[in-house]
Amino acid sequence: MFHIYCPHCEDHREEEEFHASGEAHIPRPLDPQSCSDEEWGEYLYFRKNPRGLHHELWVHAVGCRKFFNITRDTVTYEIKEVYKVGEKPSVTSSEKNQ
Amino acid sequence: MSDSTASNVESIAQMDQLPHKTGSLQPRAESPLYHADLATLSAHSADAGGVEIKEVKLLGHLVLRGSIEDAEFLSGVKEVLGLDLPGPLQSSLQGEFIAYWVSPNEWLVLVPGQQAFQLERDMRSAMSGNFAIVNVSGGQTVICLSGANAVDVLKKSTPYDVHNKNFPVGKVVTSVFAKTQALIFRSGPESWELIVRRSFSDYVWLWLQDACIEYGLVIKD
Amino acid sequence: MTQKNRIQSGGRVDRARALSFKFNGKSYQGLQGDTVASALLANGVNVVARSFKYSRPRGIISAGAEEPNAVLQMGATEATQVPNVRATQQELFDGLVCNSTNGWPNVDFDVMGIAAKVGGSMLTPGFYYKTFMYPQSMWSTYEKFIRKAAGLGRSPRENDPDSYDHIHQHADVVVVGAGPAGLSAALSAARSGARVIIADEQSEFGGSLLHSRENINGEPAADWVQKAIAELATFPDVMMLPRSTVNGYHDHNFLTIHQRCADHLSDKAPQGQIRQRLHRVRAKWVVLATGAHERPLVFANNDVPGCMLASAVSTYINRYGVVPGKNLVLMTTNDHAYQTALDWADAGRKVVAIVDTRPNPEGDLVEDAKRRGLHIITGSAVIEAHGGKRVNAVSVASINENGESVTGKISRLQCDTLASSGGWSPVVHLSCHTASRPAWNDEAVGFVPGATIQNQLTAGGINASYGLGDCLKEGTAAGNEAAMNAGYDVSATAPELKVEAISEGAPMALFHVPHSRPTSRAPKQFVDFQNDVTAAGIELATREGFESIEHVKRYTAMGFGTDQGKLGNINGMAIAAKSMNKTIPETGTTVYRPNYTPVSFGAIAGRHCKELFDPKRFSAMHKWHSENGALFEDVGQWKRPWYYPKPGESMQDTLDRECKSTRESVGILDASTLGKIDIQGKDAREFLGRVYTNPWAKLAVGKCRYGLMCGEDGMVFDDGVTSCLAENHFLMTTTTGGAAHVLEWLEIYHQTEWPELEVFFNTVTDHWSTMTISGPNSRKLLSEICDDIDLDKDTFRFMDLREGTVADVPARVYRISFTGELSYEINVQANYGLYVWEKLFEHGAKYNLTPYGTETMHVLRAEKGFIIAGQDTDGSLHPYDLGMGWCVSVKKPFSFIGKRGMAREDCVKPNRKQLVGLKTKDPLTVIPEGSQAVLDPTQPIPMTMLGHVTSSYYSANLGHSIAMGLVRGGLDRMGEAVFYPQPDGSVIEAEICSPVFLDPEGERQNV
Repeated sequence: MFHIYCPHCEDHREEEEFHASGEAHIPRPLDPQSCSDEEWGEYLYFRKNPRGLHHELWVHAVGCRKFFNITRDTVTYEIKEVYKVGEKPSVTSSEKNQ
Repeated sequence: MSDSTASNVESIAQMDQLPHKTGSLQPRAESPLYHADLATLSAHSADAGGVEIKEVKLLGHLVLRGSIEDAEFLSGVKEVLGLDLPGPLQSSLQGEFIAYWVSPNEWLVLVPGQQAFQLERDMRSAMSGNFAIVNVSGGQTVICLSGANAVDVLKKSTPYDVHNKNFPVGKVVTSVFAKTQALIFRSGPESWELIVRRSFSDYVWLWLQDACIEYGLVIKD
Repeated sequence: MTQKNRIQSGGRVDRARALSFKFNGKSYQGLQGDTVASALLANGVNVVARSFKYSRPRGIISAGAEEPNAVLQMGATEATQVPNVRATQQELFDGLVCNSTNGWPNVDFDVMGIAAKVGGSMLTPGFYYKTFMYPQSMWSTYEKFIRKAAGLGRSPRENDPDSYDHIHQHADVVVVGAGPAGLSAALSAARSGARVIIADEQSEFGGSLLHSRENINGEPAADWVQKAIAELATFPDVMMLPRSTVNGYHDHNFLTIHQRCADHLSDKAPQGQIRQRLHRVRAKWVVLATGAHERPLVFANNDVPGCMLASAVSTYINRYGVVPGKNLVLMTTNDHAYQTALDWADAGRKVVAIVDTRPNPEGDLVEDAKRRGLHIITGSAVIEAHGGKRVNAVSVASINENGESVTGKISRLQCDTLASSGGWSPVVHLSCHTASRPAWNDEAVGFVPGATIQNQLTAGGINASYGLGDCLKEGTAAGNEAAMNAGYDVSATAPELKVEAISEGAPMALFHVPHSRPTSRAPKQFVDFQNDVTAAGIELATREGFESIEHVKRYTAMGFGTDQGKLGNINGMAIAAKSMNKTIPETGTTVYRPNYTPVSFGAIAGRHCKELFDPKRFSAMHKWHSENGALFEDVGQWKRPWYYPKPGESMQDTLDRECKSTRESVGILDASTLGKIDIQGKDAREFLGRVYTNPWAKLAVGKCRYGLMCGEDGMVFDDGVTSCLAENHFLMTTTTGGAAHVLEWLEIYHQTEWPELEVFFNTVTDHWSTMTISGPNSRKLLSEICDDIDLDKDTFRFMDLREGTVADVPARVYRISFTGELSYEINVQANYGLYVWEKLFEHGAKYNLTPYGTETMHVLRAEKGFIIAGQDTDGSLHPYDLGMGWCVSVKKPFSFIGKRGMAREDCVKPNRKQLVGLKTKDPLTVIPEGSQAVLDPTQPIPMTMLGHVTSSYYSANLGHSIAMGLVRGGLDRMGEAVFYPQPDGSVIEAEICSPVFLDPEGERQNV
């Protein structure tokens, strides 16, 4: 059971108030029609699923209904930071992201 | 009549949803807990107990959406309701009106039921730009919970920390409540208000009765 | 007094309050303050269970949560049955009824015991895998037999009469364990003003101090405990939870505490009381003061009843006034266990010998024993116990210094009790729950908590600090540190606690006592009593190539019981390490998961059962539906009227009547459950165009339009009608089940992709009551109670909406139709929903106004070929597959959600599954939904399947069955035959047709 700081409510809340919405920072291609099938498939289905630091999109579903990002260690489940949509993470993996 | 006229357009979007017949012709309004017949239950209810429950019926519930950076939005609210919209997890009381913070761009305002439409109209005319007002008066209700054990019933129902140090009088949060959700407002040292959705109100009512058994439940009408 | 092992004085039992209880059908007496185990021992009961695999008689071995044998079934009635009750933890109450769970037909005569004697040597690790794997079809037969014979307790067959509860707690400091370390930690944290919860699994706080003979500040330790409790009670923000096991330590300092509120009072909780409570606790800091479990030594026949842990023997004597035998032999690797021999002698019973595995023991307690003239045999071990249902003698032999071989000749000592101590294992379980791996401590000969990322501190026995002074000191320090970390001022110093130091000699690291014969030939040497895992079994596992301790665990089942191997695991790892010639740290340890001890289902369910299992959502008209005989269907959490049978009607009769009345006159449906989302903002229209497949740019105010919603993959997931209330204001409807998902869908795109669009979404599902009147007489009916809307067919046209009053209540009326009939959807503020509904019926009688539910709605819409998202779609169909290409606008400038997806190669290839109508050859046959289509029903199995039937009904209006289904390339196969083979061997033939069975021109709704 995570204890998650909601950057909009500015308060720690229990995990049951939130839903995870998968990997963060997967922008919708600006011109979908110019994407090849492979590019569109990458956008739709392919995710990093790393061991270690992971940037995730969560929503405070039973609360303010706002989406925000979490940087979480998938091994220890530590939440390293939360940040609003549109912001960049300050904690990043030393490995190069593809 | 041909296609919708301008006046028709406005009235569809902002509509006085309350009937205006009077006397015996007045259509019967049923609050979400009407079927539970709290009036009869209260007549047979114990006089004393650890928890007191009461439904505050048929208030006007208006959802305000807008930006706190939008001066016109804030002043429009202030002009009509006479209050400053509160910040995160706070409430703001002005006479018969109370505003609860819900999200960074959302507040819930409770007003006397009959005033909701006029207030909506007044606010709409006092603002322009990017805002929204939604009348949700039929969709939710207020359940007051008070007494020495009200806090224990809350602890059984919500994972949010309701201790004085974390939840002083005047604070408001939306959180999990049993298996549904509620807006929880602390109105006094031993009194709380729950705002729940209409379709879940029977579930919440059953839940509260069950959770209160060990403390003794007093039902008020 | 029949309690032959009860001593006359001492202990914390109340000799004035005798309690009766039943064990295996026999009545016994115990005392207030007893556990079931202490009462059984007081009565001289030796055998409490039969072992899992070999069916050997087993007795009580411990005095706490670690007990592997005395695991009982409790309950005086069928409804109050509780399995997995540890006799060592269950407090005795008058009238308690309990039974052994193992042993069939009973513990004293056991069928499996005989089988084990025959096949005993066969039951090696992996026996079940190796023997019962083949043939697989027989597994269910084997399983029943094995389970019955193993007897792991059973759940009640009747409803539990008790109430259980959950409660959420928040604390600055949670202290786990109320022994000396825990109590001192709680005290120091509480004095700082922090919010503290201290929980302990026992009936009283105090832990080891409840049976200790040591003094604190010159007073008996138990007196200090009382003072500590009294002080803690003065702090308003301290919660003390006795009889409360911290069962789980989860991420981010979340703990679950299982409190047994009334288990000690009676078979069923007293009226109005909660039986058990599950506390769900979020802690800023946690202090683990869980102590340590004594480790038994592994030797031959170490499971014969009468073999016990040394500390348990002391506990029974000092806390319960029970000496569990007459003649004691004590085997120890350490000084601490000498106390047991001293306690035994003080109770007036005979200490036959103290067998110390160390050649030269020295320390205060050793000296005490010497002074008292107790017989001490050094450099030796008990290598084997003798006896059947009770120890009657032990074999003692000298061993070499590292404890690996027997060096001298074997002598035999007569005794009825053998207490053993191999030292202590810190209770690291909770710290492991959060994936922290324990670390080996050579000096302490045990695993201690390893590094953790939790806000966790430890104190006392869990750190392998066993001296009372150290426990108190560490507790105080941990309490202070935790409170300080949680933001409290801890500068006020507390008085120091004075304890007499006891000097102790070094313990010997011995786990497995050698035997004169090799392990595999010697009598069984048990490591895990609950799962009958032996030293020989572990050695065999390593020989068979299981080198990882996790694999050894799974192969042998070591630690898999309800006791989680609390006693056996460390011994097992040591034995595995030795047989692989590795050190214990090299071998590593398995870890523990929640829960620490078994938790009843009642506590897990709490109040979320029966009526409160899941929320039931009701519309404002629900009362009317139930009073008028509706049966209900679950749609998500909503209870929707399914159909309204009249007396004597079959379901089909009702549907026929409801369908016909609607098409012939007028029917009414409660449509309040449909999701409704209010959309406002200057970009609302643009937003709709992006999330729906069809165009929205030109929808006029006062008009409605049907829309399809697709995922980015191009597949349909929801649909509904959206109306334009004002230029910048729309009302979207969704399916009943999809409402929450659609709202979140709109929000995620708005918040993460298109925040520049000025638009707000709010749910108004519950705010409006929606009633749909449908049928040729619906206009007449509406006109009777609505005089301010011009209902003329050319003024208020199909897909228009109007505002007015219905039955004097302001209403939005939509002329939309899901039945193909002339229909009006009346929306009023939900507080007036039932009132308006009743008014419609007051005026509807003359039109035979017929309420219909979801089933008739399904038939009526299927007659028109209208889809239901989620029934006719399954996430793999795009609009073209549904024959709804008319609802897709490829000309919209913005690449709406789904546009790119439905253009993928796979989506445009021929022969996709497509939705078509199906007309059965026999008009009365209704194809079961889910039936698979094939082209040739005579082809060999497995047949080539073309798709399945998604909707299928009998249509009373048409006089024949109707169906919709998916068929590969179906839209190009109109008129062709497909076949639906049935489980009974029959085949239903159908013709592919248009899904619009009734009124293809749409004339009925345009009247």
